[in-house]
Amino acid sequence: MAKFDEAPIVKDQAAGGVLIAPLPREGAASGVRCWPSKPKDTVCIDLPPERVPDWQEKAVAKLGELLAKNKALRVFMDICVRCGACADKCQFYLGTGDPQNMPVARAELLRKVYRRYFTLSGRLFPQAAGAADLDEAMLGRWYTYFYQCSECRRCAVFCPYGIDTAEITTAAREIMCSIGVSTKYVTEVVAKVYQLGNNLGIPPAAWVDNCQFLEEDTLEQTGTAVRFPVDEQGAEVLLVPPSADNFANVDTMIGYAKLFHVLGTRWTTSTYCNEAGNFGLFLNYRNLKQVNKRILDAARMLNVKRIIWGECGHAWRAGVLTPTLNGPMDAFDPPYPYHISQFVADMLRKGALQGKIDASANDQYLVTYHDPCNPARAGQLIDEPRAILRACCNRFVEMPSGTIRERTFCCGAGGGLLTDELMPIRMAGGKARAMAVRHVQANFVATICAICKAQLPELMHYWDVPVEVGGVVQLLGNALKL
Amino acid sequence: MSTSTALWDLGSCLLIGLAYLAGLVFVAGLAWRLYTYACTPMPWPAALTPAPKSQGGALLRLAGNIALFPSLWRADKYLWLGAYLFHVSLLLILLRHLRYVTYPVPALAVSIAGMPMSTIGLWAGCVFGLATLYLFVRRLALPRPLYLSGWPDYVVLALVGAIAASGLLLRYWAHVYVVDVKAFMIGLLTLHPVPPPQHPLFLIHFLLALALLVYLPFSKLLHAGGVFFSPTLNQPWEVQMPGKRYANPWDEKAGQPAGGPDGQV
Repeated sequence: MAKFDEAPIVKDQAAGGVLIAPLPREGAASGVRCWPSKPKDTVCIDLPPERVPDWQEKAVAKLGELLAKNKALRVFMDICVRCGACADKCQFYLGTGDPQNMPVARAELLRKVYRRYFTLSGRLFPQAAGAADLDEAMLGRWYTYFYQCSECRRCAVFCPYGIDTAEITTAAREIMCSIGVSTKYVTEVVAKVYQLGNNLGIPPAAWVDNCQFLEEDTLEQTGTAVRFPVDEQGAEVLLVPPSADNFANVDTMIGYAKLFHVLGTRWTTSTYCNEAGNFGLFLNYRNLKQVNKRILDAARMLNVKRIIWGECGHAWRAGVLTPTLNGPMDAFDPPYPYHISQFVADMLRKGALQGKIDASANDQYLVTYHDPCNPARAGQLIDEPRAILRACCNRFVEMPSGTIRERTFCCGAGGGLLTDELMPIRMAGGKARAMAVRHVQANFVATICAICKAQLPELMHYWDVPVEVGGVVQLLGNALKL
Repeated sequence: MSTSTALWDLGSCLLIGLAYLAGLVFVAGLAWRLYTYACTPMPWPAALTPAPKSQGGALLRLAGNIALFPSLWRADKYLWLGAYLFHVSLLLILLRHLRYVTYPVPALAVSIAGMPMSTIGLWAGCVFGLATLYLFVRRLALPRPLYLSGWPDYVVLALVGAIAASGLLLRYWAHVYVVDVKAFMIGLLTLHPVPPPQHPLFLIHFLLALALLVYLPFSKLLHAGGVFFSPTLNQPWEVQMPGKRYANPWDEKAGQPAGGPDGQV
C-alpha cells in the first residue's frame, strides 16, 4: 500500500485515541476520484450512459425538483451559519486535511449552485452572495467530494440545527445520476443486484452450495447438525443478510445459524433476495426503492411470518425506510422492520438464551464495539449490540467516548466508497477509527456492518493495528451452547 | 417654515416610509419562507438517532436544542459559550426593548427576578457586544472558520455589532429622550406615525435595525425560524411502531407490487 503513503493522508498523531484536527491543506484530496460508470451497468439501472446534452439546465431543473420535494434539503440550503462546529468532525477532513472535506464546505458546493439559480441575491450579485455557476469545474468538485462523503451523519450530531450533510450528498448524487454522472462501483453493484440478487454477484446455485458447505463445516466443528436453509416455504423468519456474510464473513453466517438452531426457530434465506445491502441509497431514490422492494417480494414469495435484517449498516438505514418505500408491512409479525441485534436483545431480555451462552468461549478476545454509522445515527441501534456483547464476552472494552455511540466514526468506506481507487481516502477516513482501536488495545473489533467488516481489516493493516474484525453475532455464535 | 424644517419633515416621511417597507418585507418575507418550509414534504423518516419515540419527545428534543444548544456544546465549548451568551443577551435586549413599543409595559420588560430591566439591559448589552466581537474575531483568528467565512458572515456580525454599539451609546452616553422614542415607535405600530426624535445616533440605530430586519428572511439569519423545520431534530423514531407508516407524500407508486429485476418502478 505504499503508493499513497504521502498525500493525501495526514500524518499527525492521535492523543488518547482521538485525532488532532489538522490545518486546512487546500486540494489535498482533490486527486482521488471514483472511476466513472460503464454503460453496461447504467443501462440495467435506468441511468443515462453518458453526460446528457444540456446537462447544466437539466441539473438545475433537477435541483429545483428536489428542493420542492425534500424539506430537509430546502431547509439545510438556507439555515447554515457556517459556524464551523462540524468542520473538524468529519473523518475525511481529519484524515486528509482537505478543507473541501469539512462538512460545511462540502455542503457549500451545492449551496453555491442553489444560491446562483434559486435566490434573488445570488442571481443579482453572485460574488457577494457566495453563489457560483454549475460549470464543468463545479461538477468536477461535486463528483470528487460528494464521493468522499460516506453519508455517515456524524456532522449532524454536532450541528446546532441538525444539518445532515448526508441529505445534501444524497441530493447531489441524485442530480449527478440524472445527468449521466455516476461511479462505476455503485452502479456495478446495483446492476448485480438486479441480475443475480446480491451485491457480490453470487449466483443462486453458488449460494445454495455455500450454505451446504457451511452446514458440513459446522457439523465437523461442533458435531451438531446446524441447518442453513435456503428458499424454504413458510419459514418463520426470512433472514436477509448482507451477501458478504455467506462468503467473506462466514463466521457471522454461522452465528445466525447457531442462534436460530438454539432458539428452534424455522428460518430461511432467499436466493431471489440474499442481500440486505442497498446501494440504491448511494445512487438515487428510484433504485433505492427498487432494490429494497426485493426484500418484501422475497418474503411474500416464501410466505414467511417475519423478516429479519442481518448485520449490514446501510441496509438497516434502507430497512427502516421499507414501509415508506414499499408499502405497509402489516402482513408480517411486528415489530417491523426488525434487526438481528434487536431480535437477539429481545431474546436475551425474555430469557430465551438463559443458560445457553458460555461467555468464556470468547475469553481469548478483548472485544471492542465499532458502531457503524447508519445503525447508530439513523437506525437507533446503539445499546442492543452492546447488550449482546456483554452477554457473550467476558472481556469488553469501550473506545474513547468521542468515538462511539452516536459520535462514532465511520469506518471510512461507507456510502459507496468501498472501492480500490478510493483507497487513499478510505485509509485516511478510517484513521480516526484505527487510532481509537489502537488506544484501547483490543484484539477483536465487533461490528454489525458488512462494509465495515470489509474495510476494517485493510484499514487496521494499513495503520498497523493488530486486531481481528468480526460480527457481533459471530461472537454470540462462538459462545452458544448447541 | 424654514428650509431645514422642511427637509426634516421630508426626511421624517422617508424614514417612516422606510420603516413600514422594512416591516412589510420582514413579515411577508419571513412568513413566505417559513410557509415554504412548512409546505415542503419530507419524503422519508430522517430522525437523527438516538431519537425520542414519541411526537412529544421529539418536540422536547427540539425545544432543548433551541434552548441550550447541546450539539454545539458537544462540538466546541468556546464556541458554545460565545454563541450562548450572544443569543441569551440578545433575548434580554429584545425584552428590554419591549418598553419602547408597548403601553402599558408588560411586567417582564420592567424587571426580572427583582432586578430592574435597565440593569439587566446594560449587562446584556455589554455581553452581547463582547460576544459579537468574539464571534467576529474567531472567524479571522482560527484557520478553519477563516477558510469557511465569506463576506456575508462578516457583514452580518458587523451590522449586529454596530446596532449594539449605537444602542448602548444611546442609553448611556448620548442620551435620547426616551418619551420621544416611545411616541415614535407606538405611532408607527398604531399606524398613526409621528416624526422621529431628532437625534442622529438614534436615527443610525433605527436604520441599522431596519436593515437587519430586511436582511433576515433572505439570509443565514433565517436559522432562527428554520431550525424548527429541521427533520433530523423534529422527527420522532416511529418507524418500528406497529401500524405506523411514514408515507412519502409524492411517491404515489409506493406499495404497488409492480416492478422486477429490469429496473422498472
